[in-house]
Amino acid sequence: MSTAPAAPKKTNRIGLEVLPYRGGKTTLCAGCGHNSITERLIEAYYEMGVEPWRVAKMSGIGCSSKTPAYFLSQSHGFNAVHGRAPAVATGALLGNHTLQCVVISGDGDTASIGIGQFMHMLRRNVPLTYIIENNGVYGLTKGQFSATADVGSKLKTGIVNEMHPIDCCLMGIELGATLVARSFSGDKRQLSAILKAAIAHNGLSVIDVISPCVTFNDHVGSTKSYAWMKDHEEPLHEVDFVPGFSEIEVEFEEGESRVVQLHDGSRVLLHKLEHDYDPTNRFHAVEVLHEATRRQEVLTGIIYLDNKRANFTETLDMVDVPLATLPMERVRPTKQVLEQIIEEFR
Amino acid sequence: MHASPVAPSMSAERSGSLPGEQRVVNDFSIQVGTVNGSGSQTANNVLMRSIFQMGVPVSGKNLFPSNIAGLPTWFTIRASKQGYIGRKKEIDFLVAMNPETAREDVMNLAPGTAAVYDAPLNLNELRDDIHFYPVPFDKLVAPVCPEAKLRKLVRNMIYDGVVAHLLGIDLEEMRKALYKQFGEKKKKAAELNWGAVLAGREYAEKNLVKTDPYWVEPMDKTAGKLILDGNTAAALGCVFAGVTVLTWYPITPSSSLAEALISYLGRFRHDEETKKATYAVVQAEDELASIGMAIGAGWAGARSMTCTSGPGISLMSEFIGLAYFAEIPVVVVDVQRVGPSTGLPTRTMQGDILSNAVLSHGDTHHPVLFPSSPEECFTMAQDAFDLAEQFQTPVFLNMDLDLGMNNWMSDPFPYPEKPLVRGKVLDAAALEKLGGFARYKDVDGDAIPYRTLPGTNHPAAAYFTRGTGHNERAGYSEREDDWIHNMDRLNRKFENMRTQAPGPDVHYMEGARVGLVCCGTSRYAVRESRDQLSRERGMNPSWLRLRAYPFSKELEEFIDRHERVYVVDQNRDAQLLMLMRMEMTPERIAKLRSVRYYGGLPLDARTVTDEIVRQEGL
Ligand SMILES: Cc1ncc(C[n+]2csc(CCOP(=O)(O)OP(=O)(O)O)c2C)c(N)n1
Ligand code: SF4
Ligand SMILES: [Mg+2]
Repeated sequence: MSTAPAAPKKTNRIGLEVLPYRGGKTTLCAGCGHNSITERLIEAYYEMGVEPWRVAKMSGIGCSSKTPAYFLSQSHGFNAVHGRAPAVATGALLGNHTLQCVVISGDGDTASIGIGQFMHMLRRNVPLTYIIENNGVYGLTKGQFSATADVGSKLKTGIVNEMHPIDCCLMGIELGATLVARSFSGDKRQLSAILKAAIAHNGLSVIDVISPCVTFNDHVGSTKSYAWMKDHEEPLHEVDFVPGFSEIEVEFEEGESRVVQLHDGSRVLLHKLEHDYDPTNRFHAVEVLHEATRRQEVLTGIIYLDNKRANFTETLDMVDVPLATLPMERVRPTKQVLEQIIEEFR
Repeated sequence: MHASPVAPSMSAERSGSLPGEQRVVNDFSIQVGTVNGSGSQTANNVLMRSIFQMGVPVSGKNLFPSNIAGLPTWFTIRASKQGYIGRKKEIDFLVAMNPETAREDVMNLAPGTAAVYDAPLNLNELRDDIHFYPVPFDKLVAPVCPEAKLRKLVRNMIYDGVVAHLLGIDLEEMRKALYKQFGEKKKKAAELNWGAVLAGREYAEKNLVKTDPYWVEPMDKTAGKLILDGNTAAALGCVFAGVTVLTWYPITPSSSLAEALISYLGRFRHDEETKKATYAVVQAEDELASIGMAIGAGWAGARSMTCTSGPGISLMSEFIGLAYFAEIPVVVVDVQRVGPSTGLPTRTMQGDILSNAVLSHGDTHHPVLFPSSPEECFTMAQDAFDLAEQFQTPVFLNMDLDLGMNNWMSDPFPYPEKPLVRGKVLDAAALEKLGGFARYKDVDGDAIPYRTLPGTNHPAAAYFTRGTGHNERAGYSEREDDWIHNMDRLNRKFENMRTQAPGPDVHYMEGARVGLVCCGTSRYAVRESRDQLSRERGMNPSWLRLRAYPFSKELEEFIDRHERVYVVDQNRDAQLLMLMRMEMTPERIAKLRSVRYYGGLPLDARTVTDEIVRQEGL
């Protein structure tokens, strides 16, 4: 018998090891950008000390939509139908508005078949984190163009896309999402900070993450490849996230960084790069996105943030406990009520 | 020119002759032809209520266009001392207010019918075998309604006064009905309209000589009864079923169900202390979203529902398959209208019996409940929620436009005595005791597995819900044995519903060789046709009304005990019969005959009788 005490296992602020934040083994291709996003999600939930049982992981159909099976094994997950995760997630939040909901979608799932639901989810500002794992193609059906493919982007088969791409971030800003960000699956630091901000944000966060498909869209001529991103990613700012529970004093130089306080006391620090950028200015946000497209740059960072607008479940003014848990006494009116109603029809 | 949707019929057992004939008391139909958006609905409801308040069984059918204002609409009121409240094919008393249809409406009448009409239309020149009553509506309305703007609306109340006089309707009952219709808040409007009723009555008294035989006389057959539409009743059923989430997209004829439900939830489902809602309602962007949200809510543990009609059902197909396969409770109310496609959106049909039962791709089947009356809309809405949560599956409440949007006499609803059935849900304490669970494992031998809700604070609570192949532990699986094992369990679960869903309403008749089978609103025509067949043809058939799919063994027994069984369908393709055929032996199938009507109007007894007589070779 060994007498040496076992090294204490590393745990997060709620005393959990990283294991429950992990999930099943990925079945995606080695090198797929989606796997990196899964890794960042695991880190973010672990480091934020989110209780796994509070989380509901939702998705549509696609390689990207499979990933909820690969993180947070102690959270309920729901892999629904193609393009319709927004409705299912909205419904789950009606049944239980205390859930912390995350939706993982693909660019086909969101921008093609699911564009209608996506847009209406934006209008409602449904309180959840919506991640688009954007590779410009339909991975799971073997590489056809999606609606986010850029003009001039070329498939392996030589087909060139001539149609205007749908920019999910522009749409998010336009239609009512309250945190809109773009990132790159290969940008560990930035993506982590953005995911944490999204988890802390009280409202709808839309994060469009360029996530290369190594099998169908990582070649020369693709505008969603690792190589293209290396050359064309243009961060708006450096993003830092300081959680509300942290006691660390944040230091930054006046005029060099912006601080946005979130609902739960967390702070998002945006450190100035070339230009100062104000993410609360909607018009400006739209403008920089259009500018970037014109210059063939992929703008990343927190593009828009509104920490004041009420979210969808708040506007429904439901009782504090989840509707799902209401006992019969609270949902079936009394006999007197029925008699009163019946009188109205006599 | 718009023709009346009611085809002329001379086949009735009616005798039309001019003066001197016998009185026909409490057994006739009135049809009012007006223009929609002209306020005629109020006048028609007041007329119907007045007769009801005199104790005479009545029914009202609104035949309206898919339009907001300006197109022809007909309202039929039937008074029946025998209590037949299905549509009557024959018209006995016409009120012709719409110049566009009046001529054709009159030409279609059987001889001996009475007709009140707007005097300038000179309809009396068309025929000489009708009891005509000209009324100068414009002249009469001017003095009682000084405000010209309102005349179009008030004008229709005049015919109520005229008809009350001609049929002998108690004016005091009409006054009560009118004030009830307008409610406490609209006293002024009620007074104005009451003036119009009196003007009509006074005119009739002074100027019209009654020659027709139709009379209303007091009875005591409606004491304690209510008048309401099925959509309102179903909405109430949902309220008392403890619905917590409604997600919907507007479509006729289901919108008024959602709207009634929203109004009741607003009145009766707010926390007493905090005033916060114990429910959530979302008007979704389409039916893909409304069913998706309802399924998400059901998954999270809410008593969730959506309501729609055929076009919405078509859109929900993929999601319903997911809910079936992933075993998620949800209630779908389908108030059927005429299809395919946009079809006749404001006419009635049992058009979705088959699609409800087997909606979605692959092997699927779903329980379907068939309410036939407001009372059943109320009780079966509750059954639907209980079945959905008990069996963790989508349940259809299959109504139709006739039931949902027309006014029906009904017994008062019983307060639900049974507690809500919430099904097999494991909470943290149960999980702690069990040490874990397998989401799709048949633990109890009834094929119903246990589920947990998201947000359950236990490390063993989580499972992964998916529409892809899964094993008992909800893990992804493409294995042949896992797939078959699961599909077979789903089938056993469905089989177990046979004894749990509402059983049929069966009436065996002494020595009957023929049986009649129907569901939903066909009930009234079938019941009356049964009596017609006995009275006129000496047949005395038995009858059975199905109240749910999957069918119980009483249906097979019923078929076994008769030589021939007529299955009555309000659709072209004999959908109810087809559903029966899907699970019957060839011997039983050989006994089945089909009676179908698909013209968009509520089914009437004569149509059923004529078809059975034809097939019987009588
Ligand atoms: C109704 C429906 N139509 C088509 C499909 C086939 N399908 C599966 S995934 C997919 C596209 C997925 O693309 P995307 O969302 O970009 O995900 P990726 O695989 O690229 O991560 C399609 C078209 C389906 N599952 N359901
Ligand atoms: S096909 Fe593309 S998107 Fe799908 S797993 Fe492979 S690399 Fe990822
Ligand atoms: Mg894709």
